[in-house]
Amino acid sequence: MIKVNPPIAMLAELTHRCPLSCPYCSNPLELTRQERELDTATWVDVFRQAADLGVLQLHLSGGEPASRRDLTDLVAGAREAGLYTNLITSGIGLTERRLKDLDAAGLDHVQLSLQGTDPAMADEIGGYRGGFARKMQVAEWIGAIGFPLTLNAVLHRRNLHQLPRAIEMAEEIGARRIEVATVQFHGWALENRDALMPTREQAHEATRLVAEARARLKGRLVIDYVPADYHEDLPKRCMGGWGSSGLNVIPDGQVLPCHAAQSIPHLSFDNVSERPLYDIWYKGAAFNAYRGTDWMQEPCRSCERKEIDFGGCRCQAMAILGDPDATDPVCVKSSHHGVLQASADAHATRDDAALTYRVSPDRAKLSTLG
Amino acid sequence: MKPADIPALPRGVRLHFDRVRETWVLLAPERALTLDAVGHAILSEVDGRRSFGEITQMLAAKYEAPLEQIVEDSAGFLSALRDRRFLDVTA
Repeated sequence: MIKVNPPIAMLAELTHRCPLSCPYCSNPLELTRQERELDTATWVDVFRQAADLGVLQLHLSGGEPASRRDLTDLVAGAREAGLYTNLITSGIGLTERRLKDLDAAGLDHVQLSLQGTDPAMADEIGGYRGGFARKMQVAEWIGAIGFPLTLNAVLHRRNLHQLPRAIEMAEEIGARRIEVATVQFHGWALENRDALMPTREQAHEATRLVAEARARLKGRLVIDYVPADYHEDLPKRCMGGWGSSGLNVIPDGQVLPCHAAQSIPHLSFDNVSERPLYDIWYKGAAFNAYRGTDWMQEPCRSCERKEIDFGGCRCQAMAILGDPDATDPVCVKSSHHGVLQASADAHATRDDAALTYRVSPDRAKLSTLG
Repeated sequence: MKPADIPALPRGVRLHFDRVRETWVLLAPERALTLDAVGHAILSEVDGRRSFGEITQMLAAKYEAPLEQIVEDSAGFLSALRDRRFLDVTA
């Protein structure tokens, strides 16, 4: 038996609704409709259960969490439960009044997404005209209230040249942190690999720029970096290890080990409406499926890094190889590593590829089922 | 860290007793740091008013430890927090 520690962080996807339609959205292709979202009281009960389970950090996300009218009540409930509350938002839907209410409710931190560093780029990627101007207004209100702020710059082939400006903007708007996040190819991004895959040169340049900026801005701006993983030789330690430190509750109350876990067909997920969160974490089939190292095949099984990266990302092994038990093909030890790198280079040359935008839950074909 | 420096936990960074793991943690934006007894003792004296000099003298008296050692440990710990933007320091 493996020792299971309590989770540290919970991602609460309050809704899949969002005014933006970013082509790399991490929500699944099958989106949850509004009428199936958990109500306020159920969410607050889940927050209490999470705190009792050992969760310290609550990430309130979506979709766009500001699309929930009860966002302030949810923050107040989470704070009352003793959780550290982080709002992950595009800013769209937040007014000065709402931000002041969130301040009064005890919101701890805001993570503001950045689709581009100018209106032309940001509004094209977000698929929302006027979004950039609105976001800059929201950033000003956030600064005036004094919320600690992280800027989350999502980067890909079309906007990686804007990385230096994104770092400057983080400084200008008074952010303490910037997350330089190269798109990870799950969910909608997987559909957009031709349009979004960075070139190898871009990936290397981003790594160099981040290292340079970290040294230059030490003590002023903290930079978290998610590299372009198709161009790497070692896989990411996805979720810090499956079922080891984090869990994700989706709008209808299903609990997932990571936000893309529904892409693995043999997994089934418990719902907070039917089972206590404690049982779901410790006994749930989906959480135990890839916990620890017992599930591994070669080359993972005998690898000295197996407890460092846990074989990489299960959803990526599923998406690329159709086998969720396989070594993440990003790994240089995977027999598919060369093919993956060649495919990344090929995706990165498709400069005529159009963006496939995320659709809204109410227009999603598949979500009408069930 | 100089004796006159005044350390303060900025907004969004707070001490929290983790009742599940039975330990003190420092909660910060998207991070939770487990504190050992020394870290907790130092941060418990950080109130945004007392200087680094005052804090280290108080700790030396309270724990009957050599001031020099306390200064060294506290400076290392607080500087690491400052580098991660978990601590503000004003001169």
